[in-house]
Amino acid sequence: MPEPKIIGFLCNWCSYRGADTAGMARLKYPPNVKIVRVPCSGRVSPELVLRTFREGADGVMVLGCHIGDCHYSTGNHRAAKRMPVLKKVLEYSGIDPERLCVNWVSAAEGERFAKIITDFTETIRALPPLTEEMTWTKG
Amino acid sequence: MTQTSHEEVRIGVYICHCGSNIAGTVDVAEVSRWAGLLPNVVASHDYKFMCSSLGQELIEKDIQENGVNRVVVASCSPHLHEPTFRNACARAGLNPYLFEMANIREQDSWVTVDKGEATKKAQALVAAAVGRVAHQQPLNSLFVPINPDVLVVGGGITGIQATLEIANSGRHVYLIEREPSIGGHMAQFDKTFPTLDCSACILTPKMFDAGNHKNVTMLTWSEVEKVEGYIGNFTVTIRKKARYIDVDLCTGCGVCQEKCPKKVIDDVFEAGLGYRKAVYTPFPQAVPKYPVIDRVNCTFFQKGTCKACEKFCPTGAIKFDQADEVITVTVGNIILATGFDLFDARKIPQYGYGRLANVFTSLEFERLTNAAGPTGGKVVMRDGVTVPKTVGIIHCVGSRDKNYNNYCSAICCMQSLKFAHLVKEKTGAEVYQFYIDMRTPAKAYDEFYQRIIHEDVHFVRGKVAEVTDAARNPGEEGKLIIQVEDTLVGKQRRIPVDMVVLSAGLEARADAKEVALKFGISCSADKWFIEKHPKLDPVATMTDGVFVAGACQGPKDIPASVAQGAAAAARVLSIIGQGEIEIEASTAIVDELACVGCKECITTCPYQAIEFLEDKQKAHVIEALCKGCGTCVGACLSKSISLRHFTDDQLVAEMIGAMWTMKQFERAELEAQNA
Ligand code: FES
Repeated sequence: MPEPKIIGFLCNWCSYRGADTAGMARLKYPPNVKIVRVPCSGRVSPELVLRTFREGADGVMVLGCHIGDCHYSTGNHRAAKRMPVLKKVLEYSGIDPERLCVNWVSAAEGERFAKIITDFTETIRALPPLTEEMTWTKG
Repeated sequence: MTQTSHEEVRIGVYICHCGSNIAGTVDVAEVSRWAGLLPNVVASHDYKFMCSSLGQELIEKDIQENGVNRVVVASCSPHLHEPTFRNACARAGLNPYLFEMANIREQDSWVTVDKGEATKKAQALVAAAVGRVAHQQPLNSLFVPINPDVLVVGGGITGIQATLEIANSGRHVYLIEREPSIGGHMAQFDKTFPTLDCSACILTPKMFDAGNHKNVTMLTWSEVEKVEGYIGNFTVTIRKKARYIDVDLCTGCGVCQEKCPKKVIDDVFEAGLGYRKAVYTPFPQAVPKYPVIDRVNCTFFQKGTCKACEKFCPTGAIKFDQADEVITVTVGNIILATGFDLFDARKIPQYGYGRLANVFTSLEFERLTNAAGPTGGKVVMRDGVTVPKTVGIIHCVGSRDKNYNNYCSAICCMQSLKFAHLVKEKTGAEVYQFYIDMRTPAKAYDEFYQRIIHEDVHFVRGKVAEVTDAARNPGEEGKLIIQVEDTLVGKQRRIPVDMVVLSAGLEARADAKEVALKFGISCSADKWFIEKHPKLDPVATMTDGVFVAGACQGPKDIPASVAQGAAAAARVLSIIGQGEIEIEASTAIVDELACVGCKECITTCPYQAIEFLEDKQKAHVIEALCKGCGTCVGACLSKSISLRHFTDDQLVAEMIGAMWTMKQFERAELEAQNA
C-alpha cells in the first residue's frame, strides 16, 4: 500500500509556528505531510485545494489560527465558512470529504500539531487510494 | 503571472547541515546532488552552517560570479533565518524576494524518526521551494514608522530594570502589574545570595524610581486583555481593576488600613504566614502607595455595612462605587517579564507540607527571616515562639524529578545555602542540607558554598524519601524525622529535626499559556516562554516586537533576571532607534481587466483596504492599509485579485514540487516491489 501523500496549507502566524514548536520540542510525527506556508488560512482558495487533489494528493490540510486569534483578525472566519462548502463540493465530485482536514493550531501548540498530523495521516491511510475513489478521473 | 524580465531563471540551492541538527538525520549530500538535477538549478551545495558568514558568502559569490538569480536555502524555519538570507541576497545585489527557504529542520530532521524518510521529505521540500522560487517576483519593501512607546508587562525586578533602562533613555514606558504594587518576588525576600545584601534595601530605590519616573506610566492592579497589531504598532487593551480608592485624593497615609476591622490571611505577600486588612497595600514600601480594597473580604461589599475606612479617610479618597476601567494604549514594542510561580509543595505528600505544622516552604522561610515579616525576622516554629534547635533543608523539591518537573530550578541550591547561613546566624541551630547535587556555578557562588561548609552545616547527599512525625525511638519523639539514603555513606538514615524547609522549585505561571496566546508567542512543554534562539537571541521571541525577560522564560536568579531585563530593553531601544521598520511587501493587487466589480473582496477584507473605483467599476487595493492576508484572493470569483509573493502560480508550483517528488518516490518503490 503506497504511503499517503498529503499537502498542508499552514498559516504563517499560528499553525506554521505550531509546526516549528513541535520541531523545537523534538516531537515525532509521520513525514507524509508536506507543508506549504500561506500568510493566512483565508488565503487558501477552494481552487487551490481542488488543484492539489488533482495533482494526486491523498489528503489536504488547511490549518490556521484558532478562531479569534487570526493575525489578520478575521481571515480564518472566512476559511471556517469556506471549507465546509468545499467539503460538499468534494463529496459531490466523489472525493471523501474526510480527505480535507480543517483545523486550528496556535504557535504554542506543538503537541496538538503533532497529534493532528498523526491522526490525519492515519485517517488517510485507512481510506482506499484516491484514484479508486475518484470516479471522474477514470471516465 | 509571468516573469518580469525575460532573463533565464538560474537557481542556486544550498542545503545546511546545521552541525548535526539536520545532517544527523537527513542525507544532505544526497539532497544536494539531487537538487542539482532539478529544472533551472545551476548550483547546488551543502554546507555545515549556511547562516555563518562563510555560508552566506557562498550564496553571494554564486549570485555575483555564477549568475544565480534565484536562491533556495534548505535549513531551519524561515521565522529564524529568512531575514538573514534575504539580506545576503540583497548584499549581492539580488532582490530579497527572489529567495525562498525550505524548512528541513523544525519541520523535518527534528520530527522524523527514519533517516531515509527524513531525506525524502527534505527532497520534497527542496523541490517545492525550487518550483516556487522560479515564479517569484522582485518586490520592494514598505517601511512603517515605529511607535517609540513601550509596554512592560510585570513589575518584578526584571520588569523594573527594563522599564528604567528604557525610561532613562527618554522613551515612554507603560509598566503594568497585576498586583497592587510593583516589586514582585524580590520584595518578599530577606537577603540575597551570595552577597547577603538586604533585598528590600537594593530593590526599594529601584521601585521608587520606576514608579516616579517622568517617562513611566505605571498601571498596577491592572491586566492586559487584548493585544492587536504588529511590531511598531501594537494596540493593547488594559483592564484597570477598581481599587475603590481615588488615587488623586489618596495620600497613602495608611489610616484606612489601621481602621479596617477585617483581618485577612495574606496568601500572596506573606505566603500565608501573616495578616493584612481588607483594604491594604501589600507591604509598607509598596509602589504606588495607594491601597486597594479587596472586594471579596470587605465587610461593606459583602454585608452592606461598615465603611470604617471611608469614615476615617482624611481626604475622602474611598470610592465604593468605582468600577473597572478599560483603556487602550498604543506601543511599538512589548516586554514580557511575568515571572514565576513557586512549585506547590503539597503535590509531594510524603514531605508533609500542609499536614505537618513545622514543614515550611522556601517562600515562607523568606518571610519568617525577613525583619519586616510576620515574626519580625525571628526564625521560629509554627507556634510563633519556639526557636528550632535543628533544621533540615531539603533541595530540589519538585525539580529534577520526573514525577513533577524534569528541569533544575537553578536557584534552590544557593537559596538553601543562604537559609542555612541565616538559621545559624539567628538561632545557632544545627542545620542539615539534603541535596542531590550541589550546583553553584555563577560568580562568587561556589565561594559562598565553601563558606557555608565552614559554618558547620551538615551536608547529606541523597534524595529525601519522607518527612514523618512517626517516631521509632524515644530520641525521635516530638520531632520531624527525615528519612534519606545518604549516598555518600551508602546507608539509610533517619535524622530527627524540629523544622523542615522545602526548597521548592520554580514553575511557569499557572496562566502562562493564556498569556502566551494573548501576545502571540509560544510556550515550551513546561510552559516557559520560548525565546527566538536559546543562545544567540535569548530575549526576542518569534513574534517581532514581543520580548521576554527574566523567570518567565525559565528559572533564573536575580542577577540573570536583571541582565535579561536590561537586554530586552536594549533590543527594544535598538528597534526604536531605527525609526521605521520594514514590513512585508506582500500586498494584494487587482487585475483590472479581469475584475468584474462584484465587490466580494471588499466585504471580505478585514482592514477595509479595498475601495471601489466607481468610474471604472473595479476594485482597487489601498496598499498602505493592506496587510497581506490574502483573504480577498480566496474570495475572488473571477481570479482577478492576487497577493504578491503568495500568488496562485507560486503556491501551485510549490505544491506541485512536493507532489511530484512524492510521486517519484512512490513510483520508484512500486517498481522496486514489482521487480
Ligand atoms: S493568520 Fe492564521 S488563520 Fe489567519
